[in-house]
Amino acid sequence: MERTIIVGGGHGGAQAAVSLRQEGYEGEIVLVSDEAHLPYHKPPLSKTFLKAGGAAQLLRPESFYTDNAVELKLETRVAEIDRRAGLVRCDDGAAIEFSSLILATGASARRPPIAGADLENVFVLRNMSDAERMRAEADDASEIVIIGGGFIGLELAHTLVGLGKQVKVVEMGQRLLARSVAPVISAYVLDRLFAADIDVRLGAEVRGLEQAGARAAAVTLAGGERLGADMVVLGTGAVPSTGLAEAAGLAVDNGIVVDHAMRTADPRIFALGDVASFTHWQWQKPARLECVQNANDQARHAAKAITGKETDYRDVSWFWSDQGSTKLQMAGLSMASDRTILSGSPENDDLAVYHFDRDRLVCVETVNRPGEHMLARRLLAAGITPSEADIADGKDALKALLGGPAQGRSA
Amino acid sequence: MAEAIAIIFESAEGVRHEVAARLGASLMEAALMNNVPGIEAECGGSCICATCHVYCDQVADIVGAPSDEEDDMLDLAAADRRAASRLSCQIKVTSALAGAIIQLPARQY
Ligand SMILES: Cc1cc2nc3c(=O)[nH]c(=O)nc-3n(C[C@H](O)[C@H](O)[C@H](O)COP(=O)(O)OP(=O)(O)OC[C@H]3O[C@@H](n4cnc5c(N)ncnc54)[C@H](O)[C@@H]3O)c2cc1C
Ligand code: FES
Repeated sequence: MERTIIVGGGHGGAQAAVSLRQEGYEGEIVLVSDEAHLPYHKPPLSKTFLKAGGAAQLLRPESFYTDNAVELKLETRVAEIDRRAGLVRCDDGAAIEFSSLILATGASARRPPIAGADLENVFVLRNMSDAERMRAEADDASEIVIIGGGFIGLELAHTLVGLGKQVKVVEMGQRLLARSVAPVISAYVLDRLFAADIDVRLGAEVRGLEQAGARAAAVTLAGGERLGADMVVLGTGAVPSTGLAEAAGLAVDNGIVVDHAMRTADPRIFALGDVASFTHWQWQKPARLECVQNANDQARHAAKAITGKETDYRDVSWFWSDQGSTKLQMAGLSMASDRTILSGSPENDDLAVYHFDRDRLVCVETVNRPGEHMLARRLLAAGITPSEADIADGKDALKALLGGPAQGRSA
Repeated sequence: MAEAIAIIFESAEGVRHEVAARLGASLMEAALMNNVPGIEAECGGSCICATCHVYCDQVADIVGAPSDEEDDMLDLAAADRRAASRLSCQIKVTSALAGAIIQLPARQY
């Protein structure tokens, strides 16, 4: 019997169910998620959700799953993959056989080895229940310290300041987002935080959390400084949820290792999204990406492979982050970059950084230029490298490079 | 239950889906929450993915022109841009749209 089991109901898992049906898959589909909610959008959790309140923004309505014969098992954890028997065991005791298995288990918060990190007013933000708890606690908090200056931590800093809180960010590195963006963007992001009255400490090492009963009362820094806090957020990154795969003997190396079609070494088993490690076409090295685009596109590829229409995963990666009212967007991969060209200026709140690997365009970071971001995705998909003059001339010149009306996949 | 109006989404092949669109929601949400195929909305309505492209020929005056930002995005949507192209996440459902026919492009990505 044909049955695909999808483990994880996040962006990738839900898209896999959608794409399987779009590709004409006629077997059973079972989507197992340990969360209580129907699959929902994660990006708003650090942006609008804390402010606007309300419910989760669903990826698809409940009727989608019934209309498309996708069996949803919510609040259920897959506890084990039995590859010999070709089945998964769930924590509710069910054993379900599969002909194909998709692991879309995502990533969970990295908890740094800081004394006191498990106190009751210390939070992480990975899912809706984290966000709901944080929202409840934030109501009464006035001083909040965020440990770690990554995208999610910085978005939260802006959101919490918008709620009238005093916010401090403690970052170990000498600049923000050091592994993700060019120095000029890091500097701009820092500037926006300062402009929003957010206190940012760079090169600051956390010694521990000062405890008062079951709660943290302050974050203490290696230099001895004490930052009072009635709420602490750990924004210290995420680790891929590879436990199931590892226990099943699948290769794991900073993520579940998959090929160009998202397949593991076991031809029935696929992995995608935040949890998957794959050789990136732009970089030719193993990469693991944490963004909505990657989860969605990899899900589309896995669905194609399962329905016998295998293709290479060669999509252009893209990502966005709202830093307060600033729209930061990235297209492509900056890891391979050895040269950059700047366009626009931080003073005008309008800039772009073009990254090159020798003479090839590999990544474009934009600030408040959503149209240019779309252009960059197109250029990267088409393998077109603009000249310095094209970049200086701006959108129209770049558009001209693409020639004619839109053709083929956008990105 | 908020008030709703009827909106008709028509696919590139001419297949029509009539949905009950909640007033105040976006056209994108109206399509997605009623399982109209042909809208992807990867960014969830942030005006940055252009996978919620629609043609509003029949109600162009009512929905009006896109913002500069949306205008840039429309130029680069996967399907051809037309005079009445809009991103459906940027259009609010109002009673003026009752019975409107909104056309969907052949592709969103
Ligand atoms: C607060 C926040 C803000 C973000 N903002 C952006 C943004 O602005 N732009 C962007 O591109 N990306 C953003 N991201 C990243 C993006 O959400 C992820 O890259 C994306 O969700 C990855 O999809 P996924 O399916 O791989 O994993 P997830 O969406 O994380 O889904 C994995 C699911 O699997 C479940 N699961 C794990 N193990 C099991 C098991 N054994 N049994 C059953 N279920 C299991 C988990 O509970 C989870 O629900 C953000 C992430 C967060 C947390
Ligand atoms: S949903 Fe992404 S631009 Fe409309």
